Amino acid sequence: MFAFIVQRMFQAILVMLAVALVAFSLFQFVGDPINNMVGQDATEEQREALRERLGLNDPVPIQFAKFVINTAQGDFGVSYRIGQSVDVVLADRLPATLELVFVAAILALLFGVPMGIYSGLHRDSILSRLFQTISLIGISLPTFLIGILLILVFGVWLQALPTFGRRGLIDIGGWDTGLLTIDGWRSLILPATTLALFQLTLIMRLIRAEMLEVLRTDYIKFARARGLKNRAINYGHALKNTLVPVITIMGLQIGSLLAFSIITETVFQWPGMGLLIIQAIQFVDIPVMSTYLVLIAFFFVMINLMVDLLYFVVDPRLRGERGGAH
Amino acid sequence: MAQTPVLEVRNLRVEFPTRKGTLVAVDDISFHVNEGEVLGVVGESGAGKSMTGTAVINLLEPPGRIGGGEVYLDGRRIDNLPYEQMRRIRGRQIGMVFQDPLTSLNPLYTVGRQLIETIRTHTDLSEQGARKRALELLAEVGIPSAERRIDQYPHQFSGGMRQRVVIALALCVNPRLVIADEPTTALDVSIQAQIIALLKKLCHEHGAAVMLITHDMGVIAETADRVAVMYAGRLAEVGPVQQVIQQAKHPYTEGLMGSIPKVGHHTDRLAQIEGSMPRLTEIPNGCAYHPRCPKAFARCFAERPDLITQGATDVSCWLYDEELQRVEAHG
Amino acid sequence: MAVNAENLEQLAPGFGARVVDSFRRFFDGDVFYSFRRSPITIVAFVVTMMLFFASFLAPWIAPHNTNDVASLNLMNAELPPAWMEVYGVQGSAEFPLGTDNQGRDVLSAIMFGMQISLLVGFASVLLALVFGTILGLISGYVGGRTDAIIMRIADVQLTFPAILIALMIDGIASAVIQGAHGAEVSFVVLILAIAASQWVNFARTVRGSTLVEKNKEYVQAAKVIGIHPIMIMLRHVLPNVTGPVLVIATLSLALAVLTEATLSFLGVGVPVTQPSLGTLIRIGNDFLFSGQWWMTIFPGAALVILVLAVNLLGDWLRDALNPKLR
Repeated sequence: MFAFIVQRMFQAILVMLAVALVAFSLFQFVGDPINNMVGQDATEEQREALRERLGLNDPVPIQFAKFVINTAQGDFGVSYRIGQSVDVVLADRLPATLELVFVAAILALLFGVPMGIYSGLHRDSILSRLFQTISLIGISLPTFLIGILLILVFGVWLQALPTFGRRGLIDIGGWDTGLLTIDGWRSLILPATTLALFQLTLIMRLIRAEMLEVLRTDYIKFARARGLKNRAINYGHALKNTLVPVITIMGLQIGSLLAFSIITETVFQWPGMGLLIIQAIQFVDIPVMSTYLVLIAFFFVMINLMVDLLYFVVDPRLRGERGGAH
Repeated sequence: MAQTPVLEVRNLRVEFPTRKGTLVAVDDISFHVNEGEVLGVVGESGAGKSMTGTAVINLLEPPGRIGGGEVYLDGRRIDNLPYEQMRRIRGRQIGMVFQDPLTSLNPLYTVGRQLIETIRTHTDLSEQGARKRALELLAEVGIPSAERRIDQYPHQFSGGMRQRVVIALALCVNPRLVIADEPTTALDVSIQAQIIALLKKLCHEHGAAVMLITHDMGVIAETADRVAVMYAGRLAEVGPVQQVIQQAKHPYTEGLMGSIPKVGHHTDRLAQIEGSMPRLTEIPNGCAYHPRCPKAFARCFAERPDLITQGATDVSCWLYDEELQRVEAHG
Repeated sequence: MAVNAENLEQLAPGFGARVVDSFRRFFDGDVFYSFRRSPITIVAFVVTMMLFFASFLAPWIAPHNTNDVASLNLMNAELPPAWMEVYGVQGSAEFPLGTDNQGRDVLSAIMFGMQISLLVGFASVLLALVFGTILGLISGYVGGRTDAIIMRIADVQLTFPAILIALMIDGIASAVIQGAHGAEVSFVVLILAIAASQWVNFARTVRGSTLVEKNKEYVQAAKVIGIHPIMIMLRHVLPNVTGPVLVIATLSLALAVLTEATLSFLGVGVPVTQPSLGTLIRIGNDFLFSGQWWMTIFPGAALVILVLAVNLLGDWLRDALNPKLR
C-alpha cells in the first residue's frame, strides 16, 4: 500500500510539473513581460536592469526552476489587467467559487445518488423511465442555457430571486462567506442549482449503469441463491460494489464542477475564479491564466489522490493482503 | 418406492421470449431426486442442464421464465410460490454451488461475513453463534487455520479454496437438496477430484440430496447414483448410473459413452457423434436427435418420443416403443 | 514479395466480404429492428435530418440572408415572434421568430448559426476520430513505452473535463497567436481545441481492439510474408471497431456542438462575424432583462433539440450494438 501511495504521489508531482511547464511557457510565448511592466519611455538601460533583476537573462531551465519554486511558495506574479499581485486577487475570488462548488456538489450528490440507485434497482418502473428521460434532456441542456432559463423564470418573470452577483457576505477570518445570511443563500441558490443540474443527471446515469452492471454479476446471483433478503443484496452486496466506480465518478464530477463553475459564474456574474479566468483569457492576462492553470491542476491532482486513497478503504483487493496457504 | 422424493420435477418447460418467437430452452422434462441420492445431469453445453437447475431454484434471468410444469420439494409445490416464500427456501432448503468460485463470492466482504450473513438469514443464531458455526463449516470443508482465514477476503483464497467456501455456504443451514452447477469446471484438473469427493461426502453427512450438473461423464460415473442425460433441452434417458453407462439405451447416450476413452483399450481414434447439437432456434421436428441418429427411422422424423420405461431406466426413443409392440405381438 | 490483392486475400481471408459483412450486420437484423421498434429513435433521426438540411441549405432556403449586413433594417429591430405582441409591438409574419436588436431575422440566424455549429462539430469530431484512431493503433500495436506514454497522457487528460481542456487550449492558443488573429485562424484553433479534448475515447477503443487482433495468426503471417503488419491490422481492426467508434462519434458530435456553443457563449469561441448558436445565445442574453427573450430562447431551444436528437441517436446506437445492456 505504501508503495502504491508513493507511486501515486510521484505521478501527481509529474503531472504538476508538466502543467507548470505549460504555464511557464505561456510567458515565453507571449511577448516580452518587460513591456508590460515599464512605461513606453523607459530607457534601454532601465529595461536591462529590470531584466537582470527579474532573472530573465538566466538560462531557460533556471528560469523554470525559479518559476516552480515561486509558484510553490504562492508567488504568482502580478496581474497585467488588474495590476495586483495574483495571489491577492485569487484569495479574493476563491471563497466565492469554493462555496458555489461545494453547495452544487452537495445538491448533485444528494439527489443524483438516490435517483441513480433507484433507477438501477427498478429499471422498468415508471419513475425510473421518467428519471431516464429527464436525465437525457439534462445532459443535452448546456449549463449556460439552464442558467439563462432559471434567470428568465425566477429573475425576469417571477422576480423572486437575485440573478447576479454575490450578496450578504460576512467576513470570517479573511474568508467572505455567503452561507450565513438569507441574502447570501438567496443569491447562491440559482447559480448552485444551475451548476448542480448537469452533474446531477450525469451522476444519476452513471450510478444507474454501474448498478445494472453489478446486479448481473455471479456473486449477486449466488447471494440470491443463498436466499439473502433483497434489502441485504441490493443495499449491501450490490451497493457496496458500485461504490468503487462511483467514488471515481464523484472525484471526476467534483473536478468538472470546478470547470463548469466558469460558465455558471459568467452567466450569473458570480465573482469567483471562473469569471476571473474568462476575463483573463479575453485580456491575455498571462500571470492569471498560468496561475489558474496550476491551481486547477493542483485541485484535480489532489482530488485524484483522495479518490485513490478511498479505494483502499472500500476495496480489500487493493490493500495487497495476500492469503497464506493455497 | 413409497417415499416422497426430495425433488420432483414434472413436465418442466423453460422459455425465452424473443422477437423471433419463443425459444424453448428446457422442453417438457420430468425427473426426481430421492432422499440422500446424487442425481447427475449430463449433456453438451447448451443442452439446458444449467437452465433446469436455475429453474428449480426459480432464479431464471429475465426474460427467461418457467413456461409450464411443476416443481415439488418434499411433496410441496414450489415453482409457483411468491417471491418471499421462495427466498426462504433458497439457501435454507436448496443450496446451490455455481461453476466459477472466482466470481461467486462478493469480493468486498470477508468469507466469514458472507457465511454469517447466510446463517443468520435462515436461523435464529446470534452473531457469535453464527460465527462459531461458520468456523466449524470452514474446518469441515477442509480449510486449514479457519480461525485466521475466516476474516480474510475471497481474493486471498485460491480457486480450490474458494470453491470449498462456496460449498460451505451452500451447506451452512443443512439444506435438503444441493444443486451443484458444473462445480469443478473452472478449477485445476488436479483439485477437481478433491472438490467432487468433498461435495459428495459432505452432502451425505448433512443428509442433502444432490443434483450434480456437469458435462463430465467421468465425474458422473464416480459420483452419481442415477443419471439424467439431456439433449437439446429434452431428456434423452434417465436411470441408474451403472445401467446407463454400461447398457446405454438411447442412441445419443450410446454415442456419448463411445466418446469416452477406456483404460486398457487401445483405440486409434475416439468415436465421435457426427454433426452437432441443434441451436434452440433450429430444433427439428420429431425426436431432436434424429438428424444425427444412426438408428433413426420414419417415426423419429415426425413424432416426438415420450419417456418409455425400460426396467430401471426411462428412455425417450421410439426404438423401445417398437420393441414393446413386437414383444406384445409375440407374447 | 509483391503485394497484390490476391495474396492479401489469402492473408486476410475474405477481407472485402468482411467489410461488406460488417456493414450488413450493422444495418441488418437487430440494429435495424431496434430502430423500427423505437419511435423515439425514429423521431430523433427525422429531427436530426431536418436540422441538418435546414442548416446546410440555409443559404438557399432561409427567409433572410443574415450575413448580408446591408439588408438589415433597424426599423425591423426587436420585433417579437409573429404571433405575439410585446410592449405594443406586433410581430410580423416576415420574421416568424422575431428579430434581434439589429433587425436580424432570428429564424434565419438560427439556420446559419447551426450551420457554423455543425461545421465546427463535424470537423472536430472527424479530427479527433482520425487522430484518436491512429494513436490507438500505434499504442496498441507498438506497445511498451510508446503505449505507456500515450495511455498515461490519455488517463491524465480524462481526469480533466473536456470543456476545460478545450477552453484552456483555445485560450492559450489565442494568447500565443494574438496579433495574427484572423477569423479563419480562430476557427482552426477552436476546432483543434475541441478535437484535442475528445481524441481519448477513440484512442482507447481502437487500442483495445488492436490488442486483441495483434496476436492473431494472420498478423504474424503478414510479417513473415513481408507485408507491413500495420497495414493488415488497419484493415482488420477498423471493421471491428466500426460500431463502437460510430457510437463514440455520435455522442462526441453532441458534445462537440455543446462545447462549441459553450465556448462561444463565453466569448472565446467562433468570431463574432460568424455567429454560431452559442454566439446568438450570448448576444440575446443581454436582452433577457428587457423582455426580448426570443433572441436567446429560440437559438437555445434549437441547440437543445439538436443535441438531444443526436444524443438519443447515440444512446440508441450504443444499446442496439450492445445487446447485453438491453
